[in-house]
Amino acid sequence: MNDSIVEAKGIKKTLGRGAGQVQALRGVDLSLKRGELTLLMGPSGSGKTTLLLILGCMLAPSAGTATIAGTSTSAADKEGLAKIRRDHIGFVFQTYHLFPTLTAAQNVQLALDIRGERGRRAAKKAREALTMVGLEQKANTLPGELSGGEQQRVAIARAFVANPSVILADEPTAALDSDNGRTIMGILADAAHERDRAVLVVTHDPRILPFADRIIEIEDGRLVGERRGGAEHARMPKAAAFP
Amino acid sequence: MSLVLTLASRNLFHDRLRFVATLVGIVFSVVLVMIQMGLFLGFGRMVTTMIDHASADLWVLPKGAKCFEDPSLLDTKLRDKVASVDGVASVVPLVIGFSDWRLESGEVTPVFIVGADLRDRTLQPWNVVEGDVRALSQTGTVIVERSYFDRLGISSIGATAEIRGRRVKVVALTDGIRSFTTTPYIFVDLKNARNYTGTFPERASSLIVRFKPDADRASVLQAVKAKVDDLEVLTPAEFRSRSRSFWLFGTGAGAALFAGAILGIIVGTVIVAQTLYSSTKDHLSEFATLRAMGSSNAYIYSVIIYQALLNAVIGFIIAAAIGFGVVEITAKSALPIVITPWLVAGLFALTVIMCVASAVGAIVRVVRIDPATVFMR
Repeated sequence: MNDSIVEAKGIKKTLGRGAGQVQALRGVDLSLKRGELTLLMGPSGSGKTTLLLILGCMLAPSAGTATIAGTSTSAADKEGLAKIRRDHIGFVFQTYHLFPTLTAAQNVQLALDIRGERGRRAAKKAREALTMVGLEQKANTLPGELSGGEQQRVAIARAFVANPSVILADEPTAALDSDNGRTIMGILADAAHERDRAVLVVTHDPRILPFADRIIEIEDGRLVGERRGGAEHARMPKAAAFP
Repeated sequence: MSLVLTLASRNLFHDRLRFVATLVGIVFSVVLVMIQMGLFLGFGRMVTTMIDHASADLWVLPKGAKCFEDPSLLDTKLRDKVASVDGVASVVPLVIGFSDWRLESGEVTPVFIVGADLRDRTLQPWNVVEGDVRALSQTGTVIVERSYFDRLGISSIGATAEIRGRRVKVVALTDGIRSFTTTPYIFVDLKNARNYTGTFPERASSLIVRFKPDADRASVLQAVKAKVDDLEVLTPAEFRSRSRSFWLFGTGAGAALFAGAILGIIVGTVIVAQTLYSSTKDHLSEFATLRAMGSSNAYIYSVIIYQALLNAVIGFIIAAAIGFGVVEITAKSALPIVITPWLVAGLFALTVIMCVASAVGAIVRVVRIDPATVFMR
């Protein structure tokens, strides 16, 4: 049985025009499977973010196809792509992108609200998601009163709460110290292994390698290497990964 | 409850200075429109006050008469022709016209004479607060509005003055019969009115027709029209409408009031549009995040529309409070501002439309959001 939830085939992407044109992706084949945390690593300008945007249905490829949970993104218009994101994808951003005027619980609940899930049930789900990331005590706190690590945990709760099959995380530990980075990666790895999600983390950060099930390297718009992760998250002490 | 309203209200209240600026814009706009329209309504009522208080089923007027104050005259011989129509109970001549009121000091002030046959009670002074209307049957008697005491140079009932060289004595006082022209109305008996306005005995300004109780109004109207086809025969509603139309639109006064109201709407719309656009611009990264999370455009629009509606409701409540204060203050003035429930409802609808229309610019900006911007570092 093919348990791939994301399939990208022959993805090419040209950015810019004329003399400034850049081949950001030059034919990428990639699949993400449920229950697996995949790291996408590469130097700056290698095409990591472009690939993440295409897999996240925010950018259309110049060539090739991307399929999310069996739905091809090729024929979808902007609203159609938004629906694919809404139905299947949760995002974790490097700079959190929380709503500063909403409490932690409301920030999480917003992900349900845009899906039409409202009322007490939605509030309960949001609280449960915050409990999952260890922030149940901070439910009524505004993001400005939370530490960077706490804000990223709220962002992860927001990404998980609607139960998406894919989590796409962009440098989730880049702005965090070691302890917080370890905590965040632990939560993402749990999401993959215990909740059967496909998790793709774009990163430069070598400290998070031990959390990966699979590591994909990208360079000059091409996937140049793939290997299994250094250690299975479930089998290694989380603290050991970060110096 | 959806978080849309929460998000909209937090966006709105987050920047208090901008919120206050928005409210000032809305309040300024709504109060301006309210006052202009209130003046329009007040003016519309004042110009028909005599028609409203006349006990008439029909008005027979000289051809082309534009309003109650029109100085044209008709021949009273026609009175019998009208009275002969089956269903007509009475035909009463009315004499009106400008005249001069000479004070004891020798100063002269213009006045507007209203003279009807008192026995027929077709157009009598109302709101009489002192004295007796019946005293008008005596020669040289008048009834004046007490708020014009200063203008008329008198201070109480029993005071005397001269109209067109004839000595007159104030025998009663009214309260609240103010003229939109600011020229005081002077109520007199029909016979005296001719003397004070220099109108010949066979002439009158109009004929007030009253029907018998069982008359078929439509057929009597047609019969009267047929009898006096060289005169105007109008129902009170038609006469009101003609007077309003002359004073409000024929003179340009109404157009000026409407122009002020339209200016208010434009100013309000521009201010709200600017502040809403600037608020949306400040929150673009949040809207991009919503879009990246997969929210529909409709969800994002609803946040902006809710912001506009909150602006509208809060702004309108403040504006309405100020508007009602202005109504109280002007209640006794020469031109009171009139605010009716329909005007309030219409203004609320206008405020909502104005604020929602103002959201268009912000929505157009949001439509162009690229959700990928949330990945820019």
